[in-house]
Amino acid sequence: MAYDKFDILKTTAVPLPIENVDTDQIIPARFLKATERIGFGDNLFRDWRYNQDNTPKADFVLNNPKYSGKILVGGANFGSGSSREHAAWSVYDYGFRCVISSFFADIFRGNCLNIGVLPVQVSAEFLQKIFTAIEADPNAEFEVNLPEQKVSILATGESEPFDINDYKKDNITNGFDDIDYLLNIKGAIQKFAKTTPL
Amino acid sequence: MSAKKTLFDKVWDSHVVHKIENGPDVLFIDRHMVHEVTSPVAFLGLKNRNIRVMHPEKTFATADHNTPTINQHLPVEDPLSANQLRMLEENANEHGISYWGLGHEKNGIVHVVGPEYGITQPGATIVCGDSHTSTHGAFGAIAFGIGTSEVEMVLATQCIMQPKPKSMRINITGELQYAVTPKDVALFIISQLTTSGATGYFVEYAGDVFTSMTMEGRMTVCNLSIEMGARGGMIAPDETTFHYVKGREFTPKGEAWDTAMNYWQTLYTDPEAEFHKELTFDGSQIEPMITYGTNPGMGMGISKDIPNSEAVQGGSATYKKSLQYMKFDEGDSMIGKPIDFVFLGSCTNGRIEDFRAFASIVKGRKKAHNVTAWLVPGSHQVESDIKEEGILAILNEAGFELREPGCSACLAMNDDKVPPGKLAVSTSNRNFEGRQGPGSRTLLASPLVAAAAAVTGKVTDPRELMQKEFA
Repeated sequence: MAYDKFDILKTTAVPLPIENVDTDQIIPARFLKATERIGFGDNLFRDWRYNQDNTPKADFVLNNPKYSGKILVGGANFGSGSSREHAAWSVYDYGFRCVISSFFADIFRGNCLNIGVLPVQVSAEFLQKIFTAIEADPNAEFEVNLPEQKVSILATGESEPFDINDYKKDNITNGFDDIDYLLNIKGAIQKFAKTTPL
Repeated sequence: MSAKKTLFDKVWDSHVVHKIENGPDVLFIDRHMVHEVTSPVAFLGLKNRNIRVMHPEKTFATADHNTPTINQHLPVEDPLSANQLRMLEENANEHGISYWGLGHEKNGIVHVVGPEYGITQPGATIVCGDSHTSTHGAFGAIAFGIGTSEVEMVLATQCIMQPKPKSMRINITGELQYAVTPKDVALFIISQLTTSGATGYFVEYAGDVFTSMTMEGRMTVCNLSIEMGARGGMIAPDETTFHYVKGREFTPKGEAWDTAMNYWQTLYTDPEAEFHKELTFDGSQIEPMITYGTNPGMGMGISKDIPNSEAVQGGSATYKKSLQYMKFDEGDSMIGKPIDFVFLGSCTNGRIEDFRAFASIVKGRKKAHNVTAWLVPGSHQVESDIKEEGILAILNEAGFELREPGCSACLAMNDDKVPPGKLAVSTSNRNFEGRQGPGSRTLLASPLVAAAAAVTGKVTDPRELMQKEFA
C-alpha cells in the first residue's frame, strides 16, 4: 500500500518518557479484529488513555491538550513485543508521522518503515534533551529532516544525525513499497524458486 | 571471505535471491503460515493490486488467535471474530491455500500444528504474521515474525526484504536441576539479557542443555527468543530433530527424505565460525523461574525476592511503574502470594510435554478452590494425546477440565480474559499490562510452577511438591 511521501517534518511533539512501551500498550489485542486498515488511531494506547468505562484518563499525555504534534517521543525499547502491524497503523492513524526513541524493537521499526511512519533512533542523551525541551515548552518545535538524516531541536539549535538505509530512505521519500520493488524482480524470484530444495 | 559459517549464515545465505547495496536482502521464504488476525489486510492488498498468491503450496492457514476454547462446534458468538475467521476461510479458498479452520482435525495454534504436521523443517525459511514464529527455529530453521505489509509481500512474491541481522550464540553448559524446565531456561536467559538485550540479533542456542533437550523443549526456548528482542533463535538439527520430523505428513518421503537429510546434516555452525556476540551460562545454576513485573525480562528464581530498583538495568521510574501495576513491592518474596487464575497453554507451553509436567504435580491432589484454571491444548493432536496417555483422567480427578485448542488467554482475544486486578500464573509468553485482559496481572512460569500454584492457590515452589518423588 503506497503512503504519503516523507521529506522534512517540522512540528511539535508528544512526550511519552516510559521505557519498554510494548505493542500491547500501543494497541491491545482485543482491538485487532478489523479486516480493513481503518480507525486504529481511536484505540492507540487504549488502556493508558481510557478508563474501563471509556472515560479519558486525564493524566495520560494524549488527553492533555498542552501536547500535540506529528512526532511521538518514547523511552528506550519502544515497540517491543508482538509483530502486529496494527501498532504502527494506530500510531499513523492517530496522526503521527515519526516516532523518536533511543532504541526500537526490530519488528515495530520495520513495520513503521513499511507504512510510512519514520522511526528515528537518537542517543539516550539527545532523547533526554528532547524530553527536556518539551517539558520547558510544550509548543517547542522539532525538525526531522530525512534528506539530511538529521533531527533538530529548533529552540536550542541542537541536532543529531540518524541512520536509515539508502533503500528504505528512497522508499519512504517517494512513497514506494517493497512489493513494487519485488514485482520488478519477479523473474529472478521465479528462477530462484525452481532451485530451492524445500 | 571466511569459509567458516554459522548455522544461521548457512540457511540465510542459501535463501538470498538478491542483495541490495546498503539495503535489505531479498530472502526467499519456504513456508508461510497465515492466521486470521494479521492476514485480512494483506489479502485485501493483493486484491487491490489485482495479483494472486505466488506459491499457495508453500502457504498454510489456520485459525487460532480469536477462536473460542469451548463449544467450538457452535457458531462463533463475537461478530468481529467470526468475520475474521470467515475472511480467512474465503481468502484461503480463493487462493488455493490449505486451510485448517475451527473444527478441522488439524486445527490448532499455528506454531504447534506447523511442527506437528511436518510443515516445519530444518534449513527452511519460515515466516508468519506473529512474533512467536521464532518457535520453528527449534528445527534449525530461520523463522521469524512479520508485519502485515510483509505478509502481503510474501503472499505476492514469496520473498521478504530484511537486512541480515547480527549473530549471537548463547551457550548453556552443564545439566539442569530437577524441576527446571525449558521455560525456566528461557526466562532465565531473558532475565539476564533484558527484554531488549538481543534486539538486532538472531540467536543460536548451543551447549549440553539444548542438545539433551526434547523438540518440545527446544520449541519453548526458541519461541521466547523474541522476548529478549531477538528476531529469532535456532538450534542446530540433530538426531532428536530428524527423529521428530521423520514420517510426518508434510515431510519428505523416500528419495526426497535422503536428499533432505543430505542438506540437513550440513546445518551446524562450523567450529571456527565467529559470532558478533557470544554468551555462556551455567545451566546448573538455573532454578524454577517466575516473573514479577510487566515484561518477560522481569523474572527471577522463584525463591528470590523482587530486586530493588537501584539494582536493575534501565530506568527506575519505569521499573517502579511496573511494580505498582503488579501491586508488588521491591524486596517482596513471590512465594505465598495468593493467585486467582492459572493458564496452561499457548504456543510457548501448549504441547504434550507441558501437559505431562502439569499432570505430574496435580496427580493425587486437588485444584485449589480459589483458582480458576484454563487448560488449553495447543492443537487437536495435543488434545488427543492428552486423552490417550491418560492425562485427562488425572486432570479430571484433580478437578481440572480441558478446553479446546487455541491461543486463548495468552492474548485474550477471545472470551478467556483474566478480570481486572486478578493475578494469573500463566505458561504463556508475555506479562505485559493487560495482556490477559484489561487490568489483568500475569506471572509467567513453567507448567510445573503453574501446577503447583493451581493446587495450592498461591505461588509455590514446585520442588516442595516434588520432593517425594526425588528425595
